[in-house]
Amino acid sequence: MTTLTLAKALNAGLRASMDDDPKVVLMGEDIGALGGVFRITEGLREDFGPDRVIDTPLAEAGIVGAAIGLALRGYRPVVEIQFDGFVFPAFDQIVNQLARYRSRTHGRVSLPVVIRIPFGGGIGAAEHHSESPESYFVHTPGLQVVSCATPHDAYWLIRQAIACLDPVIFFEPKRRYYAKGDVDLAAPDLAMQEARTVRRGDDLTVLCYGPMVQTCLDAAKSAAAEGRELEVIDLRSLAPFDMATIRRSVHRTHRAIVVHEAHRTLGPGAELAARLDEEFFAELAAPVLRVAGWDTVYPPARSEMHYLPTVERVLDAVDASFSY
Amino acid sequence: MDSDDPTQPIQLLTPDGRLVEHPQFRWEGSDEQLVTMLRQMRRGRRLDIEGAALQRHGELGLWPPMMGQEGYQAGAAAVLTPQDMVFATYRDQLLALARGVGLPELLALWRGSGLSRWDSATLQLAPYSLIIGSHPLHAVGYAMGIAYDKAHHPDDRANDAVSFVCYGDGASSQGDTSEALVFAAAYRAPVVFCCVNNQWAISEPTAVQAPIPLYQRAFGFGIPGIRVDGNDPLASQAVLGWAFEHARSGKGPVLVEALTYRMGPHTTSDDPTKYRPAELTEQWRAKDPIDRLQKLLLRRQIIDQGWLDVMDAELDDFGAQIRTTCHELPDTPVEEVFDNVVAHPGLDLLEQRAETLGWIATPPSEGDRA
Repeated sequence: MTTLTLAKALNAGLRASMDDDPKVVLMGEDIGALGGVFRITEGLREDFGPDRVIDTPLAEAGIVGAAIGLALRGYRPVVEIQFDGFVFPAFDQIVNQLARYRSRTHGRVSLPVVIRIPFGGGIGAAEHHSESPESYFVHTPGLQVVSCATPHDAYWLIRQAIACLDPVIFFEPKRRYYAKGDVDLAAPDLAMQEARTVRRGDDLTVLCYGPMVQTCLDAAKSAAAEGRELEVIDLRSLAPFDMATIRRSVHRTHRAIVVHEAHRTLGPGAELAARLDEEFFAELAAPVLRVAGWDTVYPPARSEMHYLPTVERVLDAVDASFSY
Repeated sequence: MDSDDPTQPIQLLTPDGRLVEHPQFRWEGSDEQLVTMLRQMRRGRRLDIEGAALQRHGELGLWPPMMGQEGYQAGAAAVLTPQDMVFATYRDQLLALARGVGLPELLALWRGSGLSRWDSATLQLAPYSLIIGSHPLHAVGYAMGIAYDKAHHPDDRANDAVSFVCYGDGASSQGDTSEALVFAAAYRAPVVFCCVNNQWAISEPTAVQAPIPLYQRAFGFGIPGIRVDGNDPLASQAVLGWAFEHARSGKGPVLVEALTYRMGPHTTSDDPTKYRPAELTEQWRAKDPIDRLQKLLLRRQIIDQGWLDVMDAELDDFGAQIRTTCHELPDTPVEEVFDNVVAHPGLDLLEQRAETLGWIATPPSEGDRA
């Protein structure tokens, strides 16, 4: 067991995967000499060379399109998109090309490409630097979509994503990059598509991921002081959802809320609420409630505290659930 | 023709079937290779005619006619080696045949009984991308991979490969195509771009895409560009051969503009009489790639009327084979649609699959619905 920041855990995970498989190459803007704007790839070019840590031209569609070609040649490219909002120039290459290649070739050609995206707000950034675009990718057949919340999961999820035959959109909670935690480097304790129950409780299930996991754990602590035991599930995988873990929990608690920074309309919460409604209508004690980013453009940084779900908003949703 | 004027496409075989000299390029090969080219082009054209007819009979959902565009494809087919990787357009059926794609795999896409069914890794022909201009980037990434492979294993002949991509005049306007040229130049990737300028992006003439000849786009990206008569299979082979050698020897990418003309509609859903004068098409009919090579071979007595009669009979058999193949194509089983989405599906997708197969196996009767 070793203690690392989430950023360093990602760096260690990338390094381990590159050591294991010479076909793993990193691509992105400023990932070489600079080590990436968040320093996730720091030191890797020195150790693996410019052919495996590839500084690219400033063109996101180009990066993803070229990664597809490299994967066709047998490589396992790991692409860094510098900030969440910058993924959209590459949207066509991801949605129309990367995601569909396996279907287009009748299952013959899989593209093991990982696209790393620092996502979410809370760091006082400029426009397009605080987005939560995960729903677009969850809505797209052919992609695996995951998010890490802790250094331990960051280390193992990035390694599992790189080893995965399918394309993986990998969301990194940028405001948690410098949070420290224990990492067990010996072996992963969960598969990539499995959710993690991070807190046990019998009264209400909180479904969350990425930067919201810590917020929900803080809320659960406050709720416990008031006598309500919340079960907090870090979804980790958004496509597919780990329905087995989610079902087991809600079957026991009969109440659920979903928390994310992504816009409320057609966010992951909408899908999870619909599924739980379809399956558990008779045994739910309250409707599944959502705590989410507003259906607004992400606000200017000095107003972002009103957009981002907080402990108070999570607790408010818990109260609302128990008011039924 | 003024050979000092670079906007004049390089030509070695004139429309009336005469060989002409060019200071930089010459065609080298045997009579047998010329005959092979002619046969390839005639088979390609027969496939094209059959494809369009099958669409009119309701047997294919769509067909993108390539009539008139056989020249550059025959030239490319003569240059390509098995280790090269081809990223063609959906109109390059001659190239697909040359790469070994079977008729069932080739027709499936247009019948709606499959997508790109051929084994792209074995045949070294990428699946077609119907999003215009999206695939040049794939060709460049593939070429970057070739370069990295070569750097690590310089003696492996499999790494003496070139990535070859065809895209149209319309595709030249897509941002992704420009990014492909940027990346290719940045990494000196062994890729040959073949901009097939057939002069019409559905109804829009090339002038809507660019006020300059498209090969000149290369210069802004810092790579060589050159214009060839795409209806001249010999010049196409010579110029592409030079471009392939350039890329294969590590000197970086080349952009070849193959000037040709789409004689038919964009697809069987299109009506070119609405946007272009018939006289223009007739002018280009006189520059037909097949006619000019056939004239050369007849004049040189490499082939004769007897050969043409045998060819006609062979093509009739080929046509019958195309029609039979089309009629017998099986649909894609719906479970395959589910199974091909991802290698590692989640529970929800498996449940949708089971539900769908259940529906198909036991459709609910009217009584059940009431």
